[in-house]
Amino acid sequence: MNILICVKVVPDSETIVKIAPDGKNIEETNVRFAVNPYDEYALEAGVQLKEKFGGEVTVISVGDENAAGVIKKCLPVGADKAIHLVAPNSRMMDALSIARILSDEVSNHPFDIIFCGKTTIDDQNGLVGELLGSLLNIPVISAASQFSIEGERAVASRDVDGTKEIVECALPCLITAEKGLTKPRYPSLREIMLAKKKQIESKTVISSEPILYVLGMEYPPNRPSGKIIGEGISAVPELIRLLREEAKIL
Amino acid sequence: MTKVIVFVDHKNGVIKKVTAETLSVGKNIAGQSQITAVVLGPGAKGAASCLTKYGIDRAIVFESEYLTNPASLNAAKPLIAIIKREQPDVVLFPHTAAIKELLAAVSANLEVSPTVDSVAIENIDGRLICRRQIYAGKVVESLTSNQTLKIVSIRPNIFPVIERDSEIKVEEFSFLLGATDIITTIRQVSGEGKTRPDLMEAKIIVAGGRGMGCAENFAILEQLADVLGAAVGASRSVVDAEWQPQCIQIGQTGKTVAPDLYIACGISGAIQHIAGIYSSKIIVAINNDPDAPIFKIADYGIVGDVREVVPAIIQEIKKIKLSSLS
Repeated sequence: MNILICVKVVPDSETIVKIAPDGKNIEETNVRFAVNPYDEYALEAGVQLKEKFGGEVTVISVGDENAAGVIKKCLPVGADKAIHLVAPNSRMMDALSIARILSDEVSNHPFDIIFCGKTTIDDQNGLVGELLGSLLNIPVISAASQFSIEGERAVASRDVDGTKEIVECALPCLITAEKGLTKPRYPSLREIMLAKKKQIESKTVISSEPILYVLGMEYPPNRPSGKIIGEGISAVPELIRLLREEAKIL
Repeated sequence: MTKVIVFVDHKNGVIKKVTAETLSVGKNIAGQSQITAVVLGPGAKGAASCLTKYGIDRAIVFESEYLTNPASLNAAKPLIAIIKREQPDVVLFPHTAAIKELLAAVSANLEVSPTVDSVAIENIDGRLICRRQIYAGKVVESLTSNQTLKIVSIRPNIFPVIERDSEIKVEEFSFLLGATDIITTIRQVSGEGKTRPDLMEAKIIVAGGRGMGCAENFAILEQLADVLGAAVGASRSVVDAEWQPQCIQIGQTGKTVAPDLYIACGISGAIQHIAGIYSSKIIVAINNDPDAPIFKIADYGIVGDVREVVPAIIQEIKKIKLSSLS
């Protein structure tokens, strides 16, 4: 089974996000980068599938030159190879442009299934997977929290508006991973050593003209500083009074 | 002139609240220009007749035995055909949980890069400026597109529903949808008929963290949620500990929410969690650690054991409810 995983390198979720002086970007100095968490669930799902059915796991990532170091981390956890599509301004590119770059690359690889994260924790577009599937003209199931292959079909379940749906489609298809689809593994020292022999193939891609423009970035309006109104159950009547009379909620 | 199409997400003819919000946004963007609601799938005609409440005067409906769910990939072909025929400037979608497959299929086909999950939209002479939260709400970005057609989705629970009466003209769209056009199939749906509101649409959210002590103690949060008509949420640490399911996690790897009232119980307030609740109107925090970061942003904080304070709140609210009845 040929399995492709699309990953993005993003600022770690602990990052204190600062807007750059130009007001249109995020400050990237002193930021620690990591594989987008949802892409880690996707990668683990692909590796588990390979362990069950055999085959090969290939990681594909669009990112700037600095992304290579983080992409490498996908190799010890079970990816056989990684392809780094180098686009210097990739962090400024819109979802459709990224999906097009991925789609061009994917067309060089025979595949049975593609896994992506359901969204990224940086720009939170959560569209690249779905757009890629549509460009490739294959079925897409978004935000899978469980997944299996039954014969020639992919079966996934997901949470929608408080209900659980079980959705199925034919292979080849694209699945986007919700948190909890899998538990990413920690590689052993041996796997880390072995992974050093695995290859990262790096290709420069031509960046397209921007379609969406960032006009500006700002912080959300500051909340008034917090107020502790009391201790224990004796504070409850005051809380209810404030919610009714000051906040006018209850 | 800004010609607008709004995709109506509904379940068997019942319009979702965020759809009503999206129709109101569409009406504002369109101004005096034409706004058309597109209603697909089972119950489409029924749903279209309810749109008069939101000032919509034109709807295009399409029903087919093969199309069982409007917000699915299977709806892409007829929706694309409608958009191609109508040539709108803007297509608006409510940003519901399952909308992305359809929204992306339409966008890819029409070669549009969409702007999703918008929290504010301005129409300046046909140029749309959309604001959206990034980094779980740590930053808000303003975006604009240079494409002729704009595809935008609307975050639930942000925009007001504006009701105004209208008469509606409903047109049936003729399109040949066959069995081979069915790309994904829903095999089973479970958990329907729950009484609590959806987390993304709830006006009040009661959420628990590590300080709840154990999974069983979430029962008192559920009681509080039920007296308030609220949804229940959870912090990342209780989801990782498997006390609560992933679908109710709030924060950077969960949902970003903005209810009128957020009650954080036993949640210390990690940066990823605070980002996910920052736009809530009122935040109440109950925690036994007076130095917990959540108190820095809570409008009203109580230092104490959630297992004592929450039942006391339930009692107090029940008292109010009784006195308002008598």
